[in-house]
Amino acid sequence: MALLELKKVSKRFGGLLALGEVDLKVEDGAIASLIGPNGAGKTTLFNTLTGIYRPDEGEIRFESRSLIGLAPDKITSAGVSRTFQNIRLFAHMTVIENVLVGMHCRLSTSFGEIIWGGKAFQASEEQARRRAMELLELTGLRHRQDEWAHQLSYGEQRRLEIARALAAAPKLLLLDEPTAGMNSLEAQSLMALFKELVGPYVKAILLIEHNMRVVMGISDHVHVLDYGEKIAEGTPEQVRQNPRVIEAYLGQGAWAEHAQS
Amino acid sequence: MTQSLATFGLLVYVIASFLLAYFTSQSTLAFLLFEASLLLLYYAPVSRLVRNGMGGLVLFGLMPILGVINGYYLEVAIQIGIFVALALGLNIVVGFVGLLNLGFVAFYAIGAYFWAIFGSPQANAFIAGGFFPLSPNWFFLFLLLSIAIGALTGLLLGLPVLRLRGDYLAIVTLGFAEVVRALINNLDKPINLTNGPRGITPIERPPLFFKPLLEFFGLEVADAGLYPIYFYFLVVLLVCAIYLITRSLEDSRIGRAWKAIREDEVAAAAMGIPVVRLKLLGFAVGASFASAVGVLFAAKQVFINPESFTFMESIGVLAMIILGGMGSVPGAILGATGVTILNLQLLKGLSLWLNTLRQSGAVWSLPLIGSYALSDLPVQFEPAKYERMVFGLILMLMMIFRPQGILPPRQERRK
Repeated sequence: MALLELKKVSKRFGGLLALGEVDLKVEDGAIASLIGPNGAGKTTLFNTLTGIYRPDEGEIRFESRSLIGLAPDKITSAGVSRTFQNIRLFAHMTVIENVLVGMHCRLSTSFGEIIWGGKAFQASEEQARRRAMELLELTGLRHRQDEWAHQLSYGEQRRLEIARALAAAPKLLLLDEPTAGMNSLEAQSLMALFKELVGPYVKAILLIEHNMRVVMGISDHVHVLDYGEKIAEGTPEQVRQNPRVIEAYLGQGAWAEHAQS
Repeated sequence: MTQSLATFGLLVYVIASFLLAYFTSQSTLAFLLFEASLLLLYYAPVSRLVRNGMGGLVLFGLMPILGVINGYYLEVAIQIGIFVALALGLNIVVGFVGLLNLGFVAFYAIGAYFWAIFGSPQANAFIAGGFFPLSPNWFFLFLLLSIAIGALTGLLLGLPVLRLRGDYLAIVTLGFAEVVRALINNLDKPINLTNGPRGITPIERPPLFFKPLLEFFGLEVADAGLYPIYFYFLVVLLVCAIYLITRSLEDSRIGRAWKAIREDEVAAAAMGIPVVRLKLLGFAVGASFASAVGVLFAAKQVFINPESFTFMESIGVLAMIILGGMGSVPGAILGATGVTILNLQLLKGLSLWLNTLRQSGAVWSLPLIGSYALSDLPVQFEPAKYERMVFGLILMLMMIFRPQGILPPRQERRK
């Protein structure tokens, strides 16, 4: 039984078919990648998965439970959390506060308990902070806990987004271009982090990525989208050899040249 | 070492400024210096115990003593308290949740009229039986009820405007406040609920439940002398309660979720925050504060009419939190205190000073103009008449030189 399963998911914006009958599976314990040229519908797929858009047709099942029609916060509670392609941190909150916000749906203190400020509340806050520090340690941001989020460097902001997404204790982590704009050294350390995450922190990762070295390096399974349709899937090696994929990326006729070289 | 030094210095300052204010009881400056001791207390590097202890001493001990020798000080302090409470309420909606509310005064009005109608003969106009005014003992129950009423009206306003943001939300909230004011103004017919523009009076004041105790100790104080100090304590207690509630909310999952919504609604929802529910909660909490303060205001004034709840009041409270620093609790308190002092003391003080100059009959010799008799000083020149202008000027300067406010939110972890 796959952790996440999409069946014939379609999404239209007016006349534009952003997603056309996409099938996709993410298995428990796997790192899956979603690749495709710009405008292929990768982020739209993420937005559909996380409840920002509602698909026009199709089925989305997470742990055999349908996610369609659920509000974004309910989907996060169910165990799917994400990062954003264009970093969307809470800029005027501190680093640790950003992580604590991610824990919202895992904390259960009620309004009354908070105002009363009793032991239960104190204990829950203390525990939340400890857990947040752990996640900051994991992402290498421990020393920056009290900075404003907008004061972090670009790479640190990307890592904070990951820490924040992990704070929601997701089973499936969706990463939207996590290594965009990073140099190869930074990208490599992130790859190592992702491998470390599967198992102890999350059950599976689905990531959108343009950096082929990252994709080929860590994916167990690769899905390729082009113009909203899934044109290929398989292991990194299979996808690399697939003529339709090369065509989508490099244009018609490229396959022949590629074969020659 | 520095701590004990700071504690000592602070104590000296508090006592010195208190004695100064005590012995020169008409001096605005001395009173200002005394008020500044609270600000100093906030900044001084002293332990929490010392801070709370001295804060308590100033608020509950020294201030009432000054109030007894000069009633105006007490009036200023009560006004400050009312505006601090309003600013803290609005700070939740605007500063934390990030929803620009230009009609905050509506909730204040609703609270005030809630007690005014039932705490005066007014309610006899539509409920037969002559039960009203209710006895003063009902005051505290109504204070509690007003929290619920405020929260409910907050929800009622919140529900339809949830989808709106920024400018659109501001316009709707502004409209809401005008609707409330128009209703109050016109609900004297067909059934006389609010007595329209004539206002409601006399409104019952809270019960003097501690009077037997005072008499037991042989203290005979006339009720008229007792009320100002009684209201002062009520306001301070209410402000303390609101402050503590705000602070605990701020450092909890709720406060963090509010700020996340302010920063980025989409990301907040993606992080598992039920945006709609938390926005409504923010509206309700802010409104309930304003409404509770309204009850106190009505009882203190004895007379209220729609004129007290104009758009300018909403703008005034908003300006306080902008000045103090959006989203910052100390900022809201400082902003409210500063603006109230500016209005009630500084500008009036300057006007008085100009008046004494005019009456002194002195003649100044000035360059270019030559000799100028100060009695010719035009009456229009009184700073008190320029309240709004001075205020606007300050706001403009702030926006240029310190747009984040005087005390913007601090980033270090609060202990």
